[in-house]
Parts: sequence; structure tokens; C-alpha cells
Amino acid sequence: MKSFNKFTQCLVTAVLFISGGVFAQIPDQATAPDALIKMVVTDVMASVKADPDIQKGNIPKIVELVEKKIVPYTDMRRTTEMAMGPNWKKATPEQQSQLVMEFKNLLIRTYSGALSQLRDQTVQFKSLRAAPDDKEVVVKTVVLGRGDPVPLDYRLEKTDKGWKVYDMNIMGVWLVEAYRNQFSNQISQNGIEGLVKFLQDRNKQLATAKPAN
Amino acid sequence: MNLLVGLTSKVKRLSILCLAALMMGCASLPAGVEPSPHDPWESFNRPIFEFNEVLDAYVLKPVVAGYRFVLPEFVREGIYNFFSNYNDIYTALQNMLQGKPDFAFNDLMRVVVNTTFGLGGLIDMATPGGLEKHKEDWGQTFGVWGVPAGPYVVLPFFGPSNVRDTFGTVADLESDYFFKYINPVGLRNSLTGLRVVNSRNTYYEAGDLLDGAAIDKYSFMRDAYIQRRQYQINEGRDDEEPTMPPYQNPYE
Repeated sequence: MKSFNKFTQCLVTAVLFISGGVFAQIPDQATAPDALIKMVVTDVMASVKADPDIQKGNIPKIVELVEKKIVPYTDMRRTTEMAMGPNWKKATPEQQSQLVMEFKNLLIRTYSGALSQLRDQTVQFKSLRAAPDDKEVVVKTVVLGRGDPVPLDYRLEKTDKGWKVYDMNIMGVWLVEAYRNQFSNQISQNGIEGLVKFLQDRNKQLATAKPAN
Repeated sequence: MNLLVGLTSKVKRLSILCLAALMMGCASLPAGVEPSPHDPWESFNRPIFEFNEVLDAYVLKPVVAGYRFVLPEFVREGIYNFFSNYNDIYTALQNMLQGKPDFAFNDLMRVVVNTTFGLGGLIDMATPGGLEKHKEDWGQTFGVWGVPAGPYVVLPFFGPSNVRDTFGTVADLESDYFFKYINPVGLRNSLTGLRVVNSRNTYYEAGDLLDGAAIDKYSFMRDAYIQRRQYQINEGRDDEEPTMPPYQNPYE
């Protein structure tokens, strides 16, 4: 009898634990890449739709949301490194961390602007085509509603801290690829310091700009 | 025959426009810009790009702003849906030509559903019903047939393109039969104007975001265009690989 009690206790705890995990939907290190994207996107969309401030274009509030709910699942250092290409090695460690920070802020601003335009869109998650031992995968989604459907793909890599997004494809355009030439042109014109300064100035300018809607 | 004559006259008109734009801006690259292998004509393209930017900022965008101010969202949505439904007819044909009968059938069903239940195309009933929207044009069809893109070109008024897609755009305009035969001319011109305003309206907000995100808008748009067209051409193919640009990362 006693052992039976203990068994049910364990069972109840287990069920509570599992259902807690399901309802809270917080990705952890073991979460599969497609499940991770689905959780993060669903969560962010729900937060945006539930918040009238965000829909009015309150950018600081959106930036906060992005910092909290999206940035932890990204690897911005890798993104910056890829976009910099061979110039990455020419940057001092200090410049590297400045670049990562400024590029991250620029992308967050842009992404936040896009989020503030979310209304009644829905996201369709395509099934993942990857082998179980893949270290890099592309998770494909499509945003539907308002105008043409927008394909939105995420490229993730497996790290020891779980899957991290390091590149995004918007309507067929990979972010890293789209910035690569822009970065190298800016560097050959004004050097790495010039690129850092350009990004800093742009971020300051965007921070003071009036919200679009 | 008629088509051929029309085509050549349009090509002529386009090339005259190109020439005019070329003469306007004297060709030189900003210092330090590394030439891209896809864009040997950059020094000609940049002035045309600047011309389009100015035209957009001072004419098209203000008109679209007025359009958004005057018409409520659901009316604009209806207008968008109407043109989108009309374009689906062409997308169905293009998908047939590209050897994608399943996509073509899907597109045709969209037109049927939206034209009837969607009140002549004003409401998009097909997308929530599970019929996916596609977008195909002659440039993509040529691409699927194996025609190489050729160098990058910026067309006056039409924007980013390449040699293949320039012919594609001409063919798109030329095969736009329903619009071509609308009488009287006044109605046709107003509808064409509305169509242009509608298509600019679809990226009204996105355009501002792009301005904020771009370091050099010209090369941003170019690199994005080149990638996007390749993506569109590969779309829906069985042998479709996830379009991964080859990443050489010597830092690991």
C-alpha cells in the first residue's frame, strides 16, 4: 500500500512537471530547433497581440520584449562574424565586441519595427527537413495575412547551450549575405573604426526617431 | 505578329529611358566600393537607382501616403485582393509553363474561389481555406527554363532587375491582355495608376524599415534582389535544397 502511494505521488509529480513544461513552453537546451522556433514565435506573437502599446509602435517596449524573448536564443557574435567575413580577424577584440553590440542593436531595432506592424497575421510552420545528427538546420516558416505571404526562415546551429539562431531569411534574402558587401564596402572606405562609428550613429539616430505609426 | 511589334516598340522605349537615365548621372562609383561580380554595370546602375529613389521620395511615396490617409484599411485591402486575384491567373499560367501543374491547379482554384465567394476578388477566401498564394512572372519562368540572370540592372521606374528579368518585365507587360484591352483609355490609365499605388502600398512600412537597416541602400537592395530571385526560381522544386549560401568561415 505504502509503495503504491509513493508510486502515485511520483506519477502526479511527473504529470505536473510535464504539463508545466508544456504550458509554460520555455525552450531549454534539449529543445529541437523547429520546436524552439515555434515556441519563441508563438510566444512573441501572443505578447505583441496582447499589448496595445506595442501595436501603437512603442519601440522601447518592443525592444525590451525582443531582448527578453528572442535574443537569448540567438548567437549574434556568430552573425556578426559571418557578416564581417575576412575583416573579422582584422578587428581588435574590443572592436569585435563593439561591432557585435551595435549590429545587434541595429537588427533589434529593425525587427522591433516589423513586430509593431503585426496585427492579424498567422505563422505557418513547415516541417523540418534535417537528419537527427545535423549540427546546422534551417527552420522554414511563412507569415500569412495582409498582403503577400512572407517566407521567413531561420538558420540555427547546435551549441552546448542548445540551438541558437544566427541567420534569418526574409522573403528569400539571407541577412548575413545582405550585409556582407555593405560591411566590406564601409570598411574599405572608412576602416573598421568607420563601420563601428557608422553603426553607432545610425543606432542613435534610430533611437531618437519618431515611431512610424 | 502584333505581339512582336508591340514587344519591340516597348523594348525601344525602355532602352531610350535607360539611355536618358545614363546621361543624367555621370558614371562613377563612390570611393572604396568594391565591384561586385554580379554588377559590372554598377557605375550606370547607381545613377538610375538614385533617380528612382528621388522619384519615390517626391512622387510615389507622398501619393501612397495620401492614399492611406483617404481610404480606410478594409478598402485598401479589397483593392489589394482584387489585383492579387487578377495576378493569380498569370501565376497559374506561369506555373504551368514552369512544369508545376500542382501549383498551377492550386492557383487556378484560388481564382475560382476568390472570384465567386470572394466577390470578384475583393476578399481573399482561398488563403484561409488552405490554398497557398504564389507569385510567378516571366523572369522566374525564364529562370526555371535555365536562362541565366546576366548582370544586375537597375531599370528606371521599375527598379532592381537583371538582363533576364528585364526581358521578363517586358513580357509581363506585353502579356497583360486583360488590362491592355480595357476601354476607354481613361479607365485603363486610372486602373494602372491604382495598381502602381497599390503595389507601392504593400511595402510602405517595410520601405522605412529598410532605410533604417541599410548601410548602403544600393548594394543592400542589389544583394537582396539577386538572392531573392534565385530563391523564387528554386521555390517549389522537388530538388529544392535549402538555399544556403556557401559559408566559408575560416575563424573556427
